[in-house]
Amino acid sequence: MNKIRVVHYINQFFAGIGGEEKADIPPELKEGFVGPGMALNKAFKGEAEIVATVICGDSYFNENLEKAKAEILQMIKSQKPDLFIAGPAFNAGRYGTACGAVCKIVKEELGIPVVTAMYIENPGVDIYRKDLHIVSTGNSAASMRKAVPALVKLALKLVRGEEVGIPDKEGYISRGIRKNVFLEKRGSTRAVEMMISKLKGEKFLTEYPMPNFDNVEPNPAVKDISKAKIALVTSGGIVPKDNPNHIESSSASKYGKYDIEGVNDLTKETYETAHGGYDPVYANEDSDRVLPVDVLRDMEKEGFIGKLHRYFYTTTGNGTSVDNSKKFAAEFAKELVSDGVDAVILTST
Amino acid sequence: MVKEIERAGIPVVHICTVVPISLTVGANRIVPAIAIPYPLGDPTLEPTEEKKLRRKLVEKALKSLQTEVDGQTVFED
Repeated sequence: MNKIRVVHYINQFFAGIGGEEKADIPPELKEGFVGPGMALNKAFKGEAEIVATVICGDSYFNENLEKAKAEILQMIKSQKPDLFIAGPAFNAGRYGTACGAVCKIVKEELGIPVVTAMYIENPGVDIYRKDLHIVSTGNSAASMRKAVPALVKLALKLVRGEEVGIPDKEGYISRGIRKNVFLEKRGSTRAVEMMISKLKGEKFLTEYPMPNFDNVEPNPAVKDISKAKIALVTSGGIVPKDNPNHIESSSASKYGKYDIEGVNDLTKETYETAHGGYDPVYANEDSDRVLPVDVLRDMEKEGFIGKLHRYFYTTTGNGTSVDNSKKFAAEFAKELVSDGVDAVILTST
Repeated sequence: MVKEIERAGIPVVHICTVVPISLTVGANRIVPAIAIPYPLGDPTLEPTEEKKLRRKLVEKALKSLQTEVDGQTVFED
C-alpha cells in the first residue's frame, strides 16, 4: 500500500523563519517536513509521510483572511494529500485561529480528514471546535512531546476511517456532538447513582455538561457623547517608557493603571509596549497607534467628547489566561464606575 | 476584559484587528482595526494622514457607543 500523503501547516515561528518581525510573510510551500513536522513524520512510523509543508505568517493570515485561505488551499490541493494536519498551536491565538480556518476550508473543499491541536483557552478552540477535531495540548511548546503522539494517533484513526471515540478517551476537545449508545443501566438508575455519589462527596461524571453561556447583554447607548467621560483600556500592553510595573510580555499576572493628565500625545520617548507576540516596532515608535490618546485629546478640546478619563488601564493580552483577564477587568471596572466613566474604548492588537 | 466592563454597566466598544476573536470573547460593539501591530495607525502614511485615519476609527468607535445594539454588532464602514 502506498504511504498516506500528509500536508502540514505551520507558522513562521515554528518554521524557524523568525518571530514577530516575520509574522507578515505570505504563504509558501516547502517539500517534505519542516520544524515540528519532523516529530510528526517520525511518529507516523512509515504509515504516512509529510509530503509538503505550508508556512504562513500569523499576521499575514489574519489580516488577509480570504486571500490567504485561497492561496493556502491551492498549495495544499496541488499536493493531493490524503490527510491534513495544522499546528500544534498551543496557546498562540493568531496561530490557532489560522490552523482552525485552514483545517475548516480544507475539510470543506477537499473532503479529506483534517486535525489540529491547541490549548483549551486558544481562541481558535471556541471558533472551530464544532467543525474540527482539535487535540487538546498544554499551553506552550514545552508540551510538544505529549502533543505529537496524540495528534498522530487521532489523525491516523481519521484517515483509516476508524471510529473515533469520546473526547476524553481520544484526547481531543469536545465538539458538542451527542451520540446514541446503549448502556447496561437505564437512565434513571444512572441518575440516582450520580446523585448518591454527589451526596457522598465522591467524584461523578455528568453525561450532559451544561454549556457555559456567559454572554453579557449590551448596555444602552451613550445619549450625549459631548458630555461623556470616556476611558481608554488596552490589551496591547502600552505602558510608560521602561514599563515601571514590569507587566509581563506574555501571560500577564497584572495590569497597570496610569495617569495621563496633561498628556496630549504618546511619544517614543515617553511610552512603549510591553506586549510580546507582535512586532513592537510600530507601537514603540508611536503608542497612539494602539492607544489613541492624541486623537481623544483633540476631541476633548473641540468639545466632541466631554472628557478623556484621567487614567488608562493596560495589560498584555498575549497568552494571558481568561481567569486573569476577568479578574483584572472586574477589579478596574469597579473603579471606572465609581469614577463616573460613561463609556470605554478598549483596543486590542 | 470587554465583558467584565460591560457587566459592570459601562457601554464599551472593542477596537480590534482579529474580529472573530472579539466575537468569541463576547464583545457587543466591535470596530475592526487596521493591523495587529498598529490597530489605530499605518506607518506607511505621513504622520498627519495617519492621525486622520486614527481619528476616523475613533469617531466610528464613538458612534458605535451612541448606537443602541441588540447583541453582537460589528461596525463596518
